[in-house]
Amino acid sequence: MEGYYIIETIIKIVVILTVFSVLAGITTYFERKVLAFMQRRLGPTHVGPAGIAQVAADAIKLFTKEDIVPQNAVKPIFMIAPVIASATAFIAMAGIPFLPEFTLPFTDYTVQPIVADVNIGVLYVVGVMAIGMYAPLLAGMASNNKWSLLGAARTVVQMLSFEVVTGLSLIAPLMMVGSLSLIDINNYQESGWIVWSQPIAFLLYLISGYAETNRTPFDLLEHEAEIITGYATEYSGMRWGLFAIGEYANMFTVAFVASLVFLGGFNDWGFISGGFAIIIKVSLLIFLFLWVRAAWPHVRPDQLMWLCWKVLMPLAVVNILITGIVLI
Amino acid sequence: MDFTNYNNRNVSDDYMYVEVEETPVTWQEKSKRVLKRTLSGELFVGLWIVFREMVKFDIHTVKYPLEKLPISPRYRALHTIKRLVESGNQACIGCGLCEKICISNCIQIETKYGAKGRKVVRGYTINLGRCIYCGYCAEVCPELAITHGQDFENVSEQRAHFTSMAELVTPMDIFKAGKQTQYPGFGALSDNADDNVKKTPLAY
Repeated sequence: MEGYYIIETIIKIVVILTVFSVLAGITTYFERKVLAFMQRRLGPTHVGPAGIAQVAADAIKLFTKEDIVPQNAVKPIFMIAPVIASATAFIAMAGIPFLPEFTLPFTDYTVQPIVADVNIGVLYVVGVMAIGMYAPLLAGMASNNKWSLLGAARTVVQMLSFEVVTGLSLIAPLMMVGSLSLIDINNYQESGWIVWSQPIAFLLYLISGYAETNRTPFDLLEHEAEIITGYATEYSGMRWGLFAIGEYANMFTVAFVASLVFLGGFNDWGFISGGFAIIIKVSLLIFLFLWVRAAWPHVRPDQLMWLCWKVLMPLAVVNILITGIVLI
Repeated sequence: MDFTNYNNRNVSDDYMYVEVEETPVTWQEKSKRVLKRTLSGELFVGLWIVFREMVKFDIHTVKYPLEKLPISPRYRALHTIKRLVESGNQACIGCGLCEKICISNCIQIETKYGAKGRKVVRGYTINLGRCIYCGYCAEVCPELAITHGQDFENVSEQRAHFTSMAELVTPMDIFKAGKQTQYPGFGALSDNADDNVKKTPLAY
């Protein structure tokens, strides 16, 4: 079986890339529909039944659009930035066990649905996702556009503020489990979900996850009403599309990490088998992303920093302290 | 002269003033506000409202080319020239008032002497590219001939489809079917028009 390792890994990578690229497209459809229903609109209706082929139409549009690079932009950095966005989003997925182990039908070949079972999975995922913030930063600084530059400046604000909370919020559950491997964390929750003992850490991780993926309460990098599209102002066609795919792939990463670390992962959930359980959890978390986007206004950069440094980080530190005392 | 009434910009005397809470100064007050805002649950009210609307599924979208909203009878869309109910002739007498009042100079009337030496309208064209749809022509028309109709979809293969006399006047088949709506459109007399009639001042 050793010889199959490379082939198996390549197949896994291709499957994950395909599935999540398609899922990113389909999520845009669901996002538009859910947002529309919440705002008493219909959303896309014309292309295909109930507008489902809008995804294909958007993809065709993105692929065939002209790729414009502004005259005074820093060309190589401008062109590489969207690749960083989607690449880091997909690289982060390498450390995530998406489903429980399963045997291939008609064979006795066991597949672990994780590309690289590293024993520091959480650290790896969080680290690579943090690198993803370089994409808006570089894109904004290379665009030679003041809106993009403002977007890049806001990226720095967000990066400095929220990476701290992401890390600190994950430390408390990791202290309980005593391992950085996402599979160990998942197996730890066979008896009970960590969210019941670490509700504050769960909330903090969700909040910083929204900031990490630039979703609505913290979408100040690309808030239309203030800075056009922020860092993505000068981008067109598939380069913009890569940013979008990266954003949605990051949403899935955050949702998977949240359900693995806090919500019991792919353990059996009552009568629901593990694989379906994690899919349901991730779908609910993604729906929460859309729901929050429909309901809440976004915050100002200074409010973001205030929220992070004065509220969330002290809360996270206190949470770690209390967890430590309880564990001792 | 007393300008009191001119300088009084208050539309109404019974204004309601919104109560604005005072900005907190000390750290105790600030912390109190933070706690109040954190625990008041306003964010969850927002979440609940949008979720309720999604479940109620009370959609307000009008699928425009398939569905159309009724528009006001006083909406100022493409011009029409009415026919006289008695004779079926078009009602324009070629007085030229609309041509004169038109602030974008887009109306052009050509007249000639008719059989009994009366003025006859030869051509009436409106340059819709210049028209700003202000409605002055319909307001000034003494015969209630030119009015604004309800047809706001002015897309066509030929711009001549809209601007020539033949297109402006109510088509004969519609007129004969009695479907020419004379009064509700823009430029028509209001219901209480009789009450508003004043004597012509003769002392100019």
